[in-house]
This record gives sequence, structure tokens and C-alpha cells, in this order.
Amino acid sequence: MNMMSDMKSATSCLLEMCDEHFELEDYQSGVPRWCTGCGDNAILAAVQRLCRDEALRPEKTVFVSGIGCSSRFPHYMKTYGFHGIHGRALPVAEGVKMARPDLTVFVNTGDGDCTSIGAAHWIHAIRYNMNLTVFLHDNQIYGLTKKQASPTSPIGTKSNTTPRGSYLEALNPLTVTLGVQNVSFVAQAADWIPEVLFDIVKAAYHHKGLSFVRIIQRCPEWLPKALDPWMHDPNKVLLLNHANGLQASAGLSRVYKNQIEHDPLNIDRAREIASNTDIIPVGILYNNPKVPCYEDLRHLDKLRTPDLTRAGLNAELDKYTVWPQGAEQKVA
Amino acid sequence: MNQLTKQKPARKAADRIQAAPGRKAPLTLKEHIVEIISDSGEGAQKCGQSLGAIAAQMGNGIWTTEIIPAEIRPPARSVAGASGNRIRIGSGYITNGGDETGLVVAFNEQVLLGRVRAKELKPGCIILLEDMWRTHADAKIVASYIETHGKLVAAGYKVYEIPMERECRTMVADPRRGKNMYALGMLCYIYSLELKLAVDQIVLAFGKKDQSVVDSNIMLLEAGHKWAAANLDFCYRIPATRSTEPQLVVNGNTALALGVLASGMEICAMYPITPATSASHYLSEVFEKVGGMVHQAEDEIAACAFAIGASYAGKCTITITSGPGYSLKQEAIGLAVMGEIPLVVVNVQRGGPSTGQPTKMEQGDLMTAIFGSHGDAPKVVMAPGTIEECFYSIITARKIAETFNMVVVVLTDAALATSQQPFARPQFSETWMAPPVDQSPVPEGAKPYDWDENTGLARRFIPGQPGGMHTLTGLAHDRDSHVAYDAEINEQTLRFRSLKLAALQKTLKPPKVFGEPKGDLLVVGWGSTKGAIEEAVEMLRAEGKKVSSLHLQFLQPMAPGIKEIMQGFKKVMTIESNWSDRPEDKIIDESNRRYSSMAILLRSRFLIDIDCFSEVKGQPIKPGTIRRVMLEKLKK
Repeated sequence: MNMMSDMKSATSCLLEMCDEHFELEDYQSGVPRWCTGCGDNAILAAVQRLCRDEALRPEKTVFVSGIGCSSRFPHYMKTYGFHGIHGRALPVAEGVKMARPDLTVFVNTGDGDCTSIGAAHWIHAIRYNMNLTVFLHDNQIYGLTKKQASPTSPIGTKSNTTPRGSYLEALNPLTVTLGVQNVSFVAQAADWIPEVLFDIVKAAYHHKGLSFVRIIQRCPEWLPKALDPWMHDPNKVLLLNHANGLQASAGLSRVYKNQIEHDPLNIDRAREIASNTDIIPVGILYNNPKVPCYEDLRHLDKLRTPDLTRAGLNAELDKYTVWPQGAEQKVA
Repeated sequence: MNQLTKQKPARKAADRIQAAPGRKAPLTLKEHIVEIISDSGEGAQKCGQSLGAIAAQMGNGIWTTEIIPAEIRPPARSVAGASGNRIRIGSGYITNGGDETGLVVAFNEQVLLGRVRAKELKPGCIILLEDMWRTHADAKIVASYIETHGKLVAAGYKVYEIPMERECRTMVADPRRGKNMYALGMLCYIYSLELKLAVDQIVLAFGKKDQSVVDSNIMLLEAGHKWAAANLDFCYRIPATRSTEPQLVVNGNTALALGVLASGMEICAMYPITPATSASHYLSEVFEKVGGMVHQAEDEIAACAFAIGASYAGKCTITITSGPGYSLKQEAIGLAVMGEIPLVVVNVQRGGPSTGQPTKMEQGDLMTAIFGSHGDAPKVVMAPGTIEECFYSIITARKIAETFNMVVVVLTDAALATSQQPFARPQFSETWMAPPVDQSPVPEGAKPYDWDENTGLARRFIPGQPGGMHTLTGLAHDRDSHVAYDAEINEQTLRFRSLKLAALQKTLKPPKVFGEPKGDLLVVGWGSTKGAIEEAVEMLRAEGKKVSSLHLQFLQPMAPGIKEIMQGFKKVMTIESNWSDRPEDKIIDESNRRYSSMAILLRSRFLIDIDCFSEVKGQPIKPGTIRRVMLEKLKK
């Protein structure tokens, strides 16, 4: 008798879903406690905009982070968040995604968190290629622990643990990532070019597989001038354009004239571009949508129901059961 | 009793077959311990497992223990290379590996020497020794064989030289494949076991391969049986009573993997480590059939973090490891404690510290399980004492983890992992499984950590639940999960996390005393020592001693009523396989003696002067040893 009303409610539900839209405030939580001028603020703004534009349901979205300035990120999102331990954001996020492929999972990790203490997980996360969007907030220094050199600090960086300058050439997160089998998406952004940052964040979100986005960001507190040569000379930034990647806007092109066409499927070229550290390439270096995701390879079409469990368990128990005579197979 | 004659060198086997003594009336035994040992890869393991399974099917009580060399491929004929199986067969229910071995089948004299030196053989033990080495091309091997043989005979062992290799060679080209089934045939004769059951075992083991493998193994089995009947002057019968209930025969690691299957958990995240890995091997084979998966992570830390992520997302997850891996997981375990994320961690203990003795039994991780991770990180610690408890403890652990939002550590050890003991086949119950993940909207105004003032319990919000959005953090946090540096809040939350243990403790039943509730000496144990302790208590009670034992399954929190039980005895001591300083050492006295783990815990909690005995030889403590220790304690 109430079929009509049921149908109505179903229709109205569907309508609500279509109409569902969110405001930036729906994703904002608290006032970020990052320093003024910190690149993390730019990343937060881009990501909140992405969530709004894509109408991501806050309860179905999880931001996972490790430890460091960058890893405070989830606290400033009004979604689910997981602010874990140093270096382990990636395996936590993998666990979340494996258990709940229905959730949208982002990872925020810093240069110390990802490329130093969590380096093993970084390499393997690339290899698993789970559908995660990973932001490497790379400010080339340890911030929260007050200025120690990180693996991405340029050689000669003076810090509290390298007062006479750091000794080693910086690790290049792009070439490392591009060197791992199963890599499927690598992009680089700079916090001072927010329009491209947003475009990259968006492309990364839409990529199925692990999208690795290195965001070069300023640390106004500990390395205030480190990125000045690149910021002050737009020609030291190389914009990557392609029909299957990003296209620099006309406005942007007036400032950043140094642009090339780069096919994101060309991994050899991507490695070449990434290897040049005199300039900062900005854009999508590599994007291969065909690399299988670990959760798809491993995910089961079977639901873990009591009936399936009973049947599966009993089949196993049968293999190891000693039956009393005349009582064969009399198990519920 | 039969006079056991020494065999002549087996080159005269053919003569002896003609002069066969025929089957004697079997000597009835209450129980016997038999070992089959070889170089690794020669199949002694399989032979032993099959023997155990056959005896179990006959209705005998059994306890099988794997003899495992530490290396994958130790050099052939090396003293440290013994690989095989040790089976204790009894008339009644067998709860442990027992004392020394009564009969050994050895494929070479060197692996046998290893067992002799480890004092694993009874004085006068019967040795069935492969004789091919007596006529080996290498003069050094011949010399070594003759020398060892002579020494063993002189030491009083009853050595039978058996032409296993030669006999097998008459039937198959490569006796390395199948000699173990020849040995199994001999053992079936010796213990009067039905040969048909052995044939069934062969079909079960090789049925998937081609029929010729099955046929050739059956041929060798029957030949071994026939040879033994014709040539051996002894045989035994261990009366059996068939159980009326179906019995499951698995080792501890398989039991705990089956527990994972039954518990409804969906993900096991692990990293390979001995002696835990076989549980994950088995799980990898079967978990997907019930909708689960095993994730082999890149390292132990990642395995734990992956499990925590999956648990946080709504599905309580398990990670299985051993000591060194457990150490690596400690920081992540602290995160689960702080975030109040349910998690089951299995630590199949092995010898430590460091790499220690990877394949050997030890109970050295109790303290690290209870007190591990920095700061105050209360977690539940359980220890199954039998193979059966390995199965059920996982189901219980999952439930506790999800009810209390806590980390539950399950401590087993290398002995449980590789031993087999039949137990009543479990009957699956839906209540073992977790309910579906809650995705309902959270009530208006509810907070992510709404701790109950009395119990410290709070419901948790799971991603996907509308209105429950919050950021879980390993930092100190308030009810809103907001980072809190306030001293008051920090103390309150420490209190709440600790109270959960007390809340769980209130639900536990007092443990049962084995023996009378009052007496002269109470022995307290935990984990795999259960069977051996109870057997020693039984022996002493039969001798009129007023002794009892108490075995604790919950180590943190401890069940109520333990103090009252201990007060019923004049003396209390623990028996454990973790180090305690020896009082007889010159510089050890009451002011510096380090007690065994459980003794420290009981002494500090109950203010009772509890002594301890510990043996850390990498193998289960034998009931005979425990009996001797208890007698000494009674005298003191």
C-alpha cells in the first residue's frame, strides 16, 4: 500500500545525492597552526578545494599522516583522519584501503617522514600501487624537531645537526619514485604556483593507483631563502604540458615561459626531466592508468559471511579430523 | 621381557629373513616415545607426522614434536643437522612431549649423535640405525660409523642395524624418496598399528601426484612392515580407546590459523619470521576461501601498521610474528593502545634476545608483551597452554580487542607451534564472528572518545559513519580527539586506558587449580608448559605428595582469586622457560636475584614469596625435570 511513498522516498534520495554539494567550510576544521608563509597552507587550500569540487563525502574520506609539520594536515580537515607515527603513514593508509576500498584515502607525509624514516614503506607503496593519493610535503628540512638536515636538504645546508653544512647530495624523490617497478603516477608541484598545484592535486585524485605528488614547499622558519633562486627566476621552473597531462593557462604562460611538451606515458623522458635538479619541473611526469592496483589483485569477491566461514572452516577441519568409527561426517 | 638381541651386521639380512623369528606376542606398553631422524630433506618429518596421525586414528593419545635443524640445508651427516619428528604415543590422553625417547629410527649415525649429546635418549633406548654407512665407499665415513656404533653399543643402547637403503634399492631407483615410508612400515609393525591407516596417509599425502608415486610408497611401506616382522624380535602394543567424538589433529600454528578463520577476522598482515610463519603459510592457502586475505608486508613495522589501518577502518585485524618482529612492532602497538584501535598480535615466542634460537622454544617475551612500547601502554596478554587453546584464544582475542578497543597479545611458542595433539573438533558458532562494520550515523553530540567514568570504555567511530568525523591521533587527546597538552587530560586518559584492563578483569573467572585446592606446594605456569607441569603434579600426587598446579591463560589482566589460591599452599613456585638467576651462583642473593617473568609478576602483585625454576634449553621442560624440581622444593 505504501509502495508509492517508498518509491518517492527512493527518488528523493537519489535527487538528494545528485544535489549534494559541499562548501569549503564542510572540510575545514580548526585554525592551522603552521607558520605564516608555510607551504602546508597552500596544500591545505588546494585539497579543501578539491574535496568541495569533487563533493567528496566527508565521512567517506580519510587523511592519513605520519609525524612532522605536514602530518598535522588531517587535524585541519573535517573528514576522518589518522595522525599516526613517524614514517608509517603509508602502511596505515594501505591497511585502511585494503579493508575499505569504498573510502577515499589521502596520505600526507613530509620529506623526513617519507624519504628517511619511512623510506622502505615509500618504495613498497609505489610497488603495491594501491589507489591512494600521496602528497609529499617536501620542505627539505625537519621542521617540527627544529631544523635538522633531511635527505632532501641540498648539499651544504646548515642545520642543527650539520652546522658546517650537510655533507651529502640531496636525495631526489622523483627519480627514486620513477625507478620503482609498478610506479603509476608521479607529479611535482610548487607551493608558490597554486593554480598548477590545484590542477595536479586534482589529476592525482582522479588517477586510479598510487599517485605520488611531490610538493616543493617553503619553510619560512628554518630555510626561508632556500627556494628563492627558483621563486625569483620563473625560467628555473619548467612547466610540463601535454594533452594527456596539464596545459598551462595563458596567464601562467606569461610568467612561466619555460615549458615543454611531455607525454606522461614516457617514463624514460620522465626520468630525464626529473634528474635535472637545476630547474624545477612542475606538472605530471608520469601517468600510467593501466598498472594494476594491489587491492584489486587481492580483493575478494567473497563476503566474509557466517555461512561462507562455516563452510570454509568445516572443509579445513575435515582435512585434519580423526573420526570415531561409525560417526563419519556427522558435523553440523 | 624380551631379550633384545643385537643384530648381526645387516649384510646377512637375507639369511635372517629365512631365520625369521616370526611375530612375537606384542609387549603391552602404557606409552612410548619414538623418534625418526634424518638429514633434512630425507622425509623423517613426514614419516613422523604420519605415524602420529595413524596412532591418533587408532585412538591413542599422541603428542608430536618437530625436530628442526636451525639451517635450511645443514651439511649432510652433521651432528647439528637432525631433522625429524618425535612422537609420544600413549594409551590415555597425552598432554606434552614427555621425557626421554625409547626408540629411534636414524638414517645416519651423525644425526643420532646429536640426539645422544642432547640427552634426549633414554638409557638402553632402542636404536634402528641405517647400516649403509658400514659399507660406504668413503673410508672416513665407514670409520666414523663403526666407531659411533661401537660407542653406542658400549653405552648400553640396543642398536639394530637396518639395511633400509639396500632393501629400498631393490624396489626403487632413489631410496631418498620413499625410505621414510619404509621406516613407517617398520614402525607400524613395531607398534602394532593398522597398515591400512598408513596406506590412507600415503594416499592423502601423495594422492594429488601421479598414481605411481602412491604405488611405490605403498610398496615400500609394506616392505618395511614385512622386513620388521621377519627380522625384529620385539614389538609393542599401546592399547587405545577410540574417542567417541571427532578429534582434530593439527599443530599449534595450524590451530591458530584455523582460529583466525573462525574468528571472522578478514586480514592478516605479516612478515616472514621463524617459527611463526607456518601459521601464515597455512592461512595464505585457505583464508581467501572464506573471504579473507594474508598481506605479506615489506617489514614487521609495516605489517603492524597495515593491520592497525585495517582495524581502524572497521575490521579487527591480526598480525602474526615472533620475538624480533614483536620488538619492531612495539611503537605501532603503542599507537593502537593510544588510539584505542582493536588489534590482535600473535607472538610465537622463540629463543632470545636478538636472533637467539629461531627454531627453539622459549617463554622469554612475557615482560615485553605486558610492558612493551614506551610509556604506559596497557594491553591484554593471553597465553594458550594447549593446541586446542591456540584455536580458541584467537577467537577470544578478537572479541576482547573489539569489545574493549584494545590490543590483545597472544603468546604461543615454538613448542606449541610445531607440536600436534588431538582435541575435540570445534563446532563453528556464528557468535565467534564480528558483527558487520557499523556505518550508521553517530548520535547527535556523541564524541569520538566518550570514556565511561567507571570502566574507561568508549565506543569508537568508524570511517564511513556520518557525523563521526574526527582525526585519530597518537598524541595525547581529549574526548573530541583533539590534541591535548593539558596535564589533567593526559592523566585522565591514562586512567581510562588503564581502567579497561580492570573492566576486563571483572569479567574473568578465577582459574581452576589442578589437584587439591590446598597443600604443600603450588606450581604456577603459563603457556606451553601446561601439560608437562600437570603430568608432574599427577605423578607426585600418585606418590602421595600434596602438590597442585595453577595455569594462567590471562597474564594481563590476571584473573581474580589467584592470591586466595596461592594462600592455600605452604610454598608457591613458578616453572618457566625464561631466565632466572641461579641461587647457587656465588654472587647471587636475595638482593640481586632476577626471577623468572611470571614469578616477578606474581611477587609484585601479591606480595607472596614465590620461588621460580627455569630451564631455557630451547626445548620443552620435561615432566621428569619438573617432578624432580618439585620434590626438591618440597624438601627445602
